[in-house]
Amino acid sequence: MQDKTYSSYKQLEQKSKYTNMFLRWFLYFVLVIFALYFIFPLYVMVVTSLKTMEEIRQGTLLTWPSGLNFDSWLVAWGGRGYGAGDTFLKPYFWNSIKMVVPAVFFSTFIGAMAGYVLTKWRFKGDKWVFLFLLFGCFIPYQAILLPMARTLGVLGISNSVIGLVLVHTVYGIPFTTLFFRNFYVSIPSELVKAARIDGAGFFKIFFKILLPVSTPIIVVTIIWQFTQIWNDFLFGSTFSFGEAAPIQVALNNMVLSSTSVKEYNVDMASAIIAGIPTLIVYVLAGKYFIRGLTSGAVKG
Amino acid sequence: MKTLKIEELSKNFGSTEVLRKINLEIDEGNFLVLLGPSGCGKSTLLNIIAGLETINEGNVHIDDYNVSKVEPKDRNIAMVFQSYALYPSMNVRENMIFGLKQAKVSKEKIEEQLEKVSKFLQVDALLERKPSQLSGGQRQRVAIGRALVREPRIFLFDEPLSNLDAKLRVEMRREIKKLHQQLKTTVVYVTHDQTEAMSLGTNIAIMNHGVIQQNDTPENIYNKPSNTFVADFIGSPSMNLIKGNLKESSNKVSFVTHGSNIEIPINGYDFKKKSNLDNKEVFFGIRPEHIFFKKSNEEDFEINLRADLSEYIGHEQIMTFNFENQEVLAKFPSTVKIDLSKNTKLFFDLTQISLFDAKTEERI
Repeated sequence: MQDKTYSSYKQLEQKSKYTNMFLRWFLYFVLVIFALYFIFPLYVMVVTSLKTMEEIRQGTLLTWPSGLNFDSWLVAWGGRGYGAGDTFLKPYFWNSIKMVVPAVFFSTFIGAMAGYVLTKWRFKGDKWVFLFLLFGCFIPYQAILLPMARTLGVLGISNSVIGLVLVHTVYGIPFTTLFFRNFYVSIPSELVKAARIDGAGFFKIFFKILLPVSTPIIVVTIIWQFTQIWNDFLFGSTFSFGEAAPIQVALNNMVLSSTSVKEYNVDMASAIIAGIPTLIVYVLAGKYFIRGLTSGAVKG
Repeated sequence: MKTLKIEELSKNFGSTEVLRKINLEIDEGNFLVLLGPSGCGKSTLLNIIAGLETINEGNVHIDDYNVSKVEPKDRNIAMVFQSYALYPSMNVRENMIFGLKQAKVSKEKIEEQLEKVSKFLQVDALLERKPSQLSGGQRQRVAIGRALVREPRIFLFDEPLSNLDAKLRVEMRREIKKLHQQLKTTVVYVTHDQTEAMSLGTNIAIMNHGVIQQNDTPENIYNKPSNTFVADFIGSPSMNLIKGNLKESSNKVSFVTHGSNIEIPINGYDFKKKSNLDNKEVFFGIRPEHIFFKKSNEEDFEINLRADLSEYIGHEQIMTFNFENQEVLAKFPSTVKIDLSKNTKLFFDLTQISLFDAKTEERI
């Protein structure tokens, strides 16, 4: 009796071992398939950007380039060196930087302040304010184009980087406020009470107590805002043209306005250049994306 | 001069009335405990004393000065919170001196205070640590230290021990008691734990539904509860409240339950007003610990009750008896043997009873 039970347990153990092994391998298989699927376009882009036009015409999409040929990257970044009709990314890249840095900074800062007020300095009707701000998240971009164009015109900053900074800041505030509000809700209000008794004022509490523990949400907000603003095409193409255009608009112009042959290698290189900053932000900020910086400090 | 005086204070959040006509006074050096079930308004009252909540009606005086519209930092108070509320980004030193720095106290004075307090609370070895690197008890000590360095007139404690585990809670309770004995600062302490309230307070104010039910010494709260709420809230298990009527004949008063012929004489009872007692519907209150298995004094009333249930808890046992279909609980040493479902001879200590009007639920 005893032996029989023992052997049947052995069998069950074997069986579950095989099942688990099969499931594990199946999981890896699926993951590899998906990974290949996602990496494929990037592969094509990188490979194509390193080929000469000759190679592109003769080979297939997947053919390996003959060597590391960065010519098309140089062309994409700095142009060919002749005058009219030569569009290249360098000036627009800096336009984008000049737009994205202040826009991310201001929208994050204002969002943090708004979130702080909405959670720690409650006032009559604060729920309504928050509700209206939330509306901002759901209003489609297209709906605000005309009023915004008019506003920029009245302010005299249409077709300028400053105008784009304003647009992106305003449009970003609903999102950043939402992020910070939800984060600050989880921070006990007793911290603010303690600081008030200690004699700290509105700004001191914000800068000395709340902001130092906000790193995780600041990183999240920066990643979100940077990606949104850097990758934006609609606002950029609507509110700016020519010299003041951000990189995504320039990329579009460059790819669409080639007069003679479609230079796939230059197009691919440009597209990668336009995408690099967001990648950098993810890689750099991801490191600081540590959760629970406040855990333990506030609750036991 | 009263260190703290609260007059006719009312507070509501929208249409919800949180505090209703609160009157309180504390003398210098006293330890007042605000005790009550959750939602009774005790924390709100504490926040109002601190100046963290506004007042709808009434006034708060500290040292005879009306502080109702004074900022928290200028009220000369310090507060210890349930969640400690230590600033997570600052180390222990910065946490403790933050208030003094805000008040622009001189560097030498700050260092002096910090050294004194951190030695006193034995946190001087932890000064460079962040709150997240401290244990619960250490955090609690730092939180108290942050309050101490300011040398306030009044200490406010908002359930400071409820986040600690049972063992640590008892230790910290004793430390707070010692602290108060040494410093003799006035304290207002909020808790829902009656043991904490009883052991710490020189005065206890029991609150329910935004009203102070009784404000008295721990002894009076325990021995002479002013209404059935207080009687029921204090003590574990709580006081037995047996429903029945009073009977008065030829200047002798006794208590009878419905459908019973047992008359409990209550001649020694200290009535507030000795009139209209005959046939009055009352609750006869006796604590489980005042029911004895052996006669304790001459006045004891002997009664035979059936034992229904026994709860053994180590050093003692709680027995449930049937008294004319009303449950009566009694506490005995666990060495006493009592048979269930049998009548047992018991003794009520009549010097310790309380009587309440059944309608108003007030002590009579």
